[in-house]
Amino acid sequence: MAKKLGKRMRQKQVRKNKWYEFQDKSFKYIALAATGIGVLVLCVLLYDVFFDGFGRLDWKFFLDSSSRKAKNAGIYAAMGGTLWIMALTTIIAFPIGIGAGIYLEEYNKKGRLSNILEVNISNLAGIPSIIYGLLGLEVFSRTLMLGDTAITGALTLALLILPIIIVSTREALKTVPYNLREASFALGASQWQTIWHQILPASIPGIVTGAILAISRAIGETAPLIVIGAATYITSVPKLPNESFTVLPIQIFYWIGKPQHDFQVNAAAAIIVLLGITFVMNGAAVYLRYRWQKKVKW
Amino acid sequence: MKKIVFIVFVSALLSSCGSGSEKTAASETKETAIKLDGSSTVFPISEAVAEEFELENKNIKVTANASGTGAGFKKFIRNEIDVTGASRPIKASEDKDCAANKIQYLEIPIAYDGLAIVVSKENTWVDYLTVEELKKIWEPAAKGTVTHWDHVRAGWPHEKINLYGAGTESGTFDYFTEAIVGEARSCRTDYTASEDDNGLVSGVAGDKYSLGYFGYAYFFENQDKLKLVAIDDKNDANGKGAVLATNETIVNGTYQPLSRPLLIYINKTSSTKPEVAQFVNYYIDNAPTLVPETGYVALSPEAYKLVKARFNAGTTGSLFLTLKTTVGVKLEEILKTTQQ
Repeated sequence: MAKKLGKRMRQKQVRKNKWYEFQDKSFKYIALAATGIGVLVLCVLLYDVFFDGFGRLDWKFFLDSSSRKAKNAGIYAAMGGTLWIMALTTIIAFPIGIGAGIYLEEYNKKGRLSNILEVNISNLAGIPSIIYGLLGLEVFSRTLMLGDTAITGALTLALLILPIIIVSTREALKTVPYNLREASFALGASQWQTIWHQILPASIPGIVTGAILAISRAIGETAPLIVIGAATYITSVPKLPNESFTVLPIQIFYWIGKPQHDFQVNAAAAIIVLLGITFVMNGAAVYLRYRWQKKVKW
Repeated sequence: MKKIVFIVFVSALLSSCGSGSEKTAASETKETAIKLDGSSTVFPISEAVAEEFELENKNIKVTANASGTGAGFKKFIRNEIDVTGASRPIKASEDKDCAANKIQYLEIPIAYDGLAIVVSKENTWVDYLTVEELKKIWEPAAKGTVTHWDHVRAGWPHEKINLYGAGTESGTFDYFTEAIVGEARSCRTDYTASEDDNGLVSGVAGDKYSLGYFGYAYFFENQDKLKLVAIDDKNDANGKGAVLATNETIVNGTYQPLSRPLLIYINKTSSTKPEVAQFVNYYIDNAPTLVPETGYVALSPEAYKLVKARFNAGTTGSLFLTLKTTVGVKLEEILKTTQQ
């Protein structure tokens, strides 16, 4: 009797195991399919863009600017504008974003006020970018009289990515073990010394990765820059931040709207360049993270 | 590491200090810069002119934008730009705002644009449409009642008619509704509306039972995909029977009521700057060659002469405020009457 029961139990167990195995496998394939869909869509997009635009990429394309003739049109002004915006946005957003992140994580005492601050910063990260454009138009362009210039664009995009940088800085600081701080304080270090010599070096890979990803989001933005009035036709790269500018996404957006098919080819070629820049930036983020992470020891 | 952080901070400081001194530099560079904005319909012409102008005048930088006629006037009224393009004349309200902000303007007609009525290449039954039939299709009352082709004219197939037209933010929408329905911005709402003309082109091209309208330039670039419909306005004074949109019929005023003048407005204060005056003169002088190149229709040589005289005389104000319409207006005539 007992033997029989044991056998039945074993059979039941086997059946259960098979079910678990099936569950395990099917979940794996569902996850795989989910990944596959993302990759597939990306491949179709890349294929489409490269097929259309790759033949159009040559040196002349990088040295020409706006033109009514598709063959004479290029991305010189747009590319220069994008580099300007990238540099200025970095200079503005990094110190403020990282500084705010350090304050919130290291100095700020937990309480109701800090809770409100935290929730609001997370909310800011979710605000549609065009709203930042309207803010930039009113505050920077009109109230501060900066006009539709590169500095207005950079300030607007800096605001846009600040919440992202703050959140990622805080996440990076959180990964530093608390006993590192305690050890530093125990040795008589001040809070400033602890942050500067211990916590920042340990968390810099995370901070920089987050910041670079934020910048690569900024250079893909179109809507806020259209709102502040970035130029559609421009043939020069700004010499100073207070000159008119345009950026690659705006150039692409305008070309796609043109009736002539050749401009769609130009747009595809410009998209390849923009994708290239984003790819290099993301690659740099991964590389820096990898390099610095190896140095960190605790 | 320390060094990097230090450099970032120092450069941030420098950049914030720099903004103070930037203002003086701004006034220097702005003296040789010309700013354009306004209608996206006029933009291709301005772009072509700016491109040629910059080749000949390397020290003058032109930047142009295409925010739309209404948005362009808003910036113009705020004194943010020198020149704005418009696919309809300035409105009385905008004229008032200009006066309130002490902005005087010069109005220059620069080209004609025809609105093309198009159907699919596979459409075999439509030979022409009268303005009345178009009105029947597009007026607000048509919503839900004129839904099939045989509702427009007996004998046409009992198939659902799919409409494609300009979005409400464009000057094209204003003009089309005024010319066809008789009242600006009055239109049925159950149609595919888009500011993206290429979207409309592919919509009409891919749909056998479609009907659409957009700027003539977009038909011209897509002739292989679309069929142009001749329009009969039942007025024999400007062309007997149905008239097809062509360069000729648009400029000689027989393609009515769907051809309209495109204009540019120049800030009077800006026009006293030599580079702006030079640019506008260049614009008028080269319009006869550059306008057709961009898919629009040039004015007659006589009209350009009158327009140039008007600009250089510094005549401010609009030709159209008293007329209240541009439908069926002959430019040469009104230019001449205002000059006398």
